[in-house]
Amino acid sequence: MALDKVDAVIVGAGAAGPVIGKELAVAGYHVVLLERGKFYQSSDCRKDDLYNQRTTILGNAFGPDSEGEPRVVVDGKGNERVVLPWEGGYNNNASCVGGGTLSYGAMAWRFHPLDFQMKSKYGAIKDSTLDDWPVTYDDLEPYYEKAEWEIGVSGDDSNNPFKGPRKRPLPMPPVGPPSKEHRLLDAAARKLGLHPFDIPMLRNSVPYNGRPACMRCRWCVGFACEVDAKCGTQNTVLRTALKTGNLELRTECMTREVVVDDKGHATGVKYYDENGRLQEQPASIVVVSCGANESARLLLNSKSKLFPQGLGNRYDWVGRNLQGHNYTGAVGLFEEEMYDDLGPGASIAVSDYNHGNPGLAGGAMLANEFIRLPIHAFGTRPPGGARWGKEFKDYMRRNYRRTMMVQGPTQEIPTWDARVELDPKVKDKWGIPVLRLSGQRHQHTVEIGEAMSLKAEEWLKAAGAVQTWRRVGGRGLSGGQHQAGTVRMGKDPRTSAVDGNCRVHESDNVYVVDASVHVTNGGFNPVLTIMALAYRAGEHLVRQMKGGRA
Amino acid sequence: MPNPTSAVYDRGESSRGGSDLKRREFVATAATAASAGCGARLAAGYRFFSKDEARAIDAWTECLIPADDLPGASLAQVVRYIDLQLTRRFKKLQEPYQRAAEAIDEAAQRAHAKPFAELATEQQTALLAALDAGKGDKALWGLDGGKAAFEMVLNHTMQGFFGSPRHGGNRDFASSKLVGVAPVQSRGRLHYSFKENS
Repeated sequence: MALDKVDAVIVGAGAAGPVIGKELAVAGYHVVLLERGKFYQSSDCRKDDLYNQRTTILGNAFGPDSEGEPRVVVDGKGNERVVLPWEGGYNNNASCVGGGTLSYGAMAWRFHPLDFQMKSKYGAIKDSTLDDWPVTYDDLEPYYEKAEWEIGVSGDDSNNPFKGPRKRPLPMPPVGPPSKEHRLLDAAARKLGLHPFDIPMLRNSVPYNGRPACMRCRWCVGFACEVDAKCGTQNTVLRTALKTGNLELRTECMTREVVVDDKGHATGVKYYDENGRLQEQPASIVVVSCGANESARLLLNSKSKLFPQGLGNRYDWVGRNLQGHNYTGAVGLFEEEMYDDLGPGASIAVSDYNHGNPGLAGGAMLANEFIRLPIHAFGTRPPGGARWGKEFKDYMRRNYRRTMMVQGPTQEIPTWDARVELDPKVKDKWGIPVLRLSGQRHQHTVEIGEAMSLKAEEWLKAAGAVQTWRRVGGRGLSGGQHQAGTVRMGKDPRTSAVDGNCRVHESDNVYVVDASVHVTNGGFNPVLTIMALAYRAGEHLVRQMKGGRA
Repeated sequence: MPNPTSAVYDRGESSRGGSDLKRREFVATAATAASAGCGARLAAGYRFFSKDEARAIDAWTECLIPADDLPGASLAQVVRYIDLQLTRRFKKLQEPYQRAAEAIDEAAQRAHAKPFAELATEQQTALLAALDAGKGDKALWGLDGGKAAFEMVLNHTMQGFFGSPRHGGNRDFASSKLVGVAPVQSRGRLHYSFKENS
């Protein structure tokens, strides 16, 4: 039996869902927010270096973390295998209230204006679906600002001449004082003629929004913040929304399908509640915000007369163009000790190489890396060095505190074949068909990454590194924590799945709001763009509902 | 190569909960009964490994991170980490581990007529270096010459040595001493000030 109808049901409480939920709830509309994961608190930090959201050797601390949620991965040779959520190739992002924003490193980048105009800037690229966004930086600017002030961003990008225009500075100063590596990299960048600045971070550097400042521990990316100084959706907009009394959060609820009538109009969603019972939640508006992998899956699992191949999938664009970031950079070894235990580690960046690289369609922001815990040091040793025995032990003893790492999220060139679809055989513990991932990165993505790693190496050498070694990504599919692109936004229904307001083409009341809609994913961490899109979509929805439409 | 003394293991056990200890004793008794008469005594209480398997894997990990003035993998109880995870997230690897332990002992017997754990460090290192190079006896190790087994134990040794002690290894934060970083930061803005390093 169906539950009482609400104004909107939002599927997914990640970076976008709670933002829209808050916009609607504050405007007086009744909202149900469904989340398949749990509602963790800062006390769930646990500082466990083998069991967190970045190092998943023993599992995903913030989900999914059960063997009942597998995926199928098809490699470049056509071999397929079933992978579990904490295994390589799964391309996971956290499933919990707050999604990735509970445990992220919290870089708060605005995309570069050219990141929205990639095809106009660089032209068509062979074997790529590169295109422009239907919205521009200027369209998003007010919403970037709203995200920065409502959710909370610290940093100082005033020395970044490459950024798009901003009307207001960031609300909080950078986390300080700078670490030793920050000071060395700052001087080195200036020596190279670059423009270093303090990374914008969704992290309190001073008390803000009723929560304390960062205490600069080393357990940051991958962990929930012990003192709640990181600003996610779960401790900001969601709290505001819950206080209105208009939003009901239901956790451990797995949505099976969006229920769509013959005309493409959604009547609600069907989901399995925390006890595994099938429920139907009717709603005037359905918002899908599950991340690029799971949003595509939900649409593909929502078949109807108008959309027999899945909601919004008339022209086969749902699940295509899966992209993330090609993380590339370099590690430097120094004579002096660098390690001063001042977290979070990442603090200084340059945006000089995001665009304007000769012969390359894009680039990356480069920044110093978060503190590498000892468990990570094994993977960042110089190539060719001893991997075991006395020589290895001596290396760790001498050099763990003498390395520095610079890297960046190289912009990916989207391809039609990098995709998710439904696996014809494998189902999850609720009996819902799981995702099947296949395809690979565009060759040019690898070429841009190569170039960026050389720039990182150059920066480290200028800072005094006595030895450097590069880290370059391959052509393996990447759609993990920065997953994007699978439900492309566009003006033409034949070459995209949603319109500029994130509404599914040909459906009057289904919206997809998360990085799925990103046409391209910028050379920056994507979360602030997701939040800005959600504010914009939320405002649009409120306007629609006030006008009595949808 | 020094084998860990039972005293070291006993100290580790005593820090665990009572009911846990009882269960471990029971498992240990069962394991001892099953393999009575085989080789030298190791401390009891493994969840998955037999006594001989534990002894071989323990010696294997110690070769990968040997003790000097600071503990190696054996004192850090890396084998405990592996043993515990084989009953949890590494269940799929139970068989590969049993085969690896059996094969390394067999290789040691053929070369030196002793179990792996009783070989001299140089002999052990030579056997493992062959696996690392994929040049182990194919009849014993399969077509990859032991490379997969070597990588498996190497990765888990690093995890057990550098990872959180709550998972069974890194006893007394052995690896924190090695890398020279305090294992647990206690830091609050009101009690500690941030001083710039000069």
